[in-house]
Amino acid sequence: MKIHLSKADLHQRLRSMLRIRRFEERCAELYTQEKIRGFLHLYIGEEAIAVGVIEVLTEDDAIFATYREHGHALARGLDIRAVMAEMYGKQSGSSLGRGGSMHIFDRSKRFYGGNAIVAGALPMAVGMALADQLQGRNRVTSCFFGEGAVAEGEFHESMNLAVLWELPVLFVCENNGYAMGTSLDRSESEMSVATKAASYGMASRSVDGMNVIEVEAAAGEMCQAIRQGQGPQLLECQTYRLRGHSMFDTQLYRSQEEVQQWLDKGPIVLFRAWLQQSGYITDDELAQIEREIEEELQQAVEFAEQAPFERIEDLCHHVYAAELR
Amino acid sequence: MDKISYREAIREAIREALEADERVFLMGEDVGHYGGCYAVSKGLLGQFGEQRVRDTPLSESGFVGAGIGAAMGGMRPIVEVMTVNFSLLALDQIVNNAATLRHMSGGQIGVPIVFRMASGSGKQLAAQHSHSLENWYAHVPGIKVLAPATVEDARYMLADAIDDPDPVVIFEHVMLYNNVEDLPPLRSDFDAFKAVIRRPGKDVTLIAYGGNLHKALSAAEQLAGKGVGVEVVDLRCLRPLDSETLFASVRKTRRVVIVDEAWRTGSLASELSAQFAEYCLWDLDAPIKRVCSKEVPIPYPAHLEQAATPQVEEIIAAINYVLGNTY
Repeated sequence: MKIHLSKADLHQRLRSMLRIRRFEERCAELYTQEKIRGFLHLYIGEEAIAVGVIEVLTEDDAIFATYREHGHALARGLDIRAVMAEMYGKQSGSSLGRGGSMHIFDRSKRFYGGNAIVAGALPMAVGMALADQLQGRNRVTSCFFGEGAVAEGEFHESMNLAVLWELPVLFVCENNGYAMGTSLDRSESEMSVATKAASYGMASRSVDGMNVIEVEAAAGEMCQAIRQGQGPQLLECQTYRLRGHSMFDTQLYRSQEEVQQWLDKGPIVLFRAWLQQSGYITDDELAQIEREIEEELQQAVEFAEQAPFERIEDLCHHVYAAELR
Repeated sequence: MDKISYREAIREAIREALEADERVFLMGEDVGHYGGCYAVSKGLLGQFGEQRVRDTPLSESGFVGAGIGAAMGGMRPIVEVMTVNFSLLALDQIVNNAATLRHMSGGQIGVPIVFRMASGSGKQLAAQHSHSLENWYAHVPGIKVLAPATVEDARYMLADAIDDPDPVVIFEHVMLYNNVEDLPPLRSDFDAFKAVIRRPGKDVTLIAYGGNLHKALSAAEQLAGKGVGVEVVDLRCLRPLDSETLFASVRKTRRVVIVDEAWRTGSLASELSAQFAEYCLWDLDAPIKRVCSKEVPIPYPAHLEQAATPQVEEIIAAINYVLGNTY
């Protein structure tokens, strides 16, 4: 399917990807400054997927993501200051700082994490879609996961349940080739995720996850099919993680040459070059986008720096709805 | 007063919940066309249809997780997991998701769901269908754990669990399903989350829950004939523990025996013992005594199964021990 995007739309897609990229780069810096601790998984290289897919969702649709979810949170329109404050563990964070990098939530945006057990969110996405079906709401539940998740039983159980019950789920596999340091060819007998999904009778296809327009077009078609009652769909996006799995990763499992090749094929590099060559964006416009993002990021960092921590006296809050004696 | 079975009591509780609230649905392996592994849900499919009495594939993690997602989406699921042993396949969803979502989202996301599962031994089902792992769940902040031991609790606890905004795990001991007892009307002060004194006594506190309550009551009855006043406390709610009721009883009788079908090591009985030692030690006149399962997977032959699990004679011996009786 061809999609028709205005110049403003094209600028917005680039801005959205750049905003995620710069946010992640800032997070990496803040990590080395020990402002951010714990595990930090960067989305650098995979921005086209969150941007392309979330673009076609409505505000009534739901999102379940993984521990590599900063990009999805920003693309969904969560307050960038609250997301940064969450990295800092501050009370002004999107989860009061209790979740951190891996557990960003915003119920008002129907953004359900930030789930750090591989494949753990797939059954929940199935259940959310079941709730919509039972309550007669025409909504899509999107569920992002990496290709590592397809080795888990929960992936297969969820494929089966979603097709069996004809549930409105858009499964989005971000296939970056490596489950931490284990490449797909060293862990899977059938390497095509789309093929696995098809074996459950699920409509599925594989696209270039480095091409934001291709992702958006495919996600748009699939969402439309779901809304028309055609059942769950799986979109496999071929991508590459340009940084390590987390900040602790020494990347012994892949060569610098391989990483370099992918750097040249990154979603922003390609899209920006195409926009420039096609005359859709000028250097000045590009510089202005970068300036605005930098300014927004600076404000987010200042907000996070100044935000308070929760009181230790409140430690045991939010375990139950009503605090127990 | 009507007499009904424990099984029927749970069925009526589920029926009432399904009738009262459209958000409620029952989901699990063989709950529909088969009528439930223990025949609890027999007949409900015909009344409510496949949408609300939903058979699932044998995908414990999948359908338990789906229940959690449905609860997040505004439903009030009752998810039946055939036995606690099978629930281990869904432990990830219950412990990593249901129990944590409210906290790790900073209070934004609640999971109002009820998990029902059978537990316990006594039917010669051997080492993969007979265990008592209630304390695995009672260990985890974020969930609540109930163990109805009476027909009354089987009938009325479910409504409290469904009304609760947090995940509740209900354990149904397999030896209770055929118990027939009087069903009283719902008391105005009924509270599923509190311990209850089932039999008052002055000499020793005997704590039990689920399938072992009746063994405890039997032991108390036998000792009453010898002039020993045993106060039997039905724990009912395994998390959060009703420490107030427990401590009050122990401080009154100054002696305590705890019956728990779990393995002794790391059991709920261990936790209770620790709490009594921490908070009631100076009130005690005798060592705390536990009657638990032996440290062995539950065996198949009846005589070994009985030897592995708490029995009335052993409970009586434990009470005599803390009373200093040597007869």
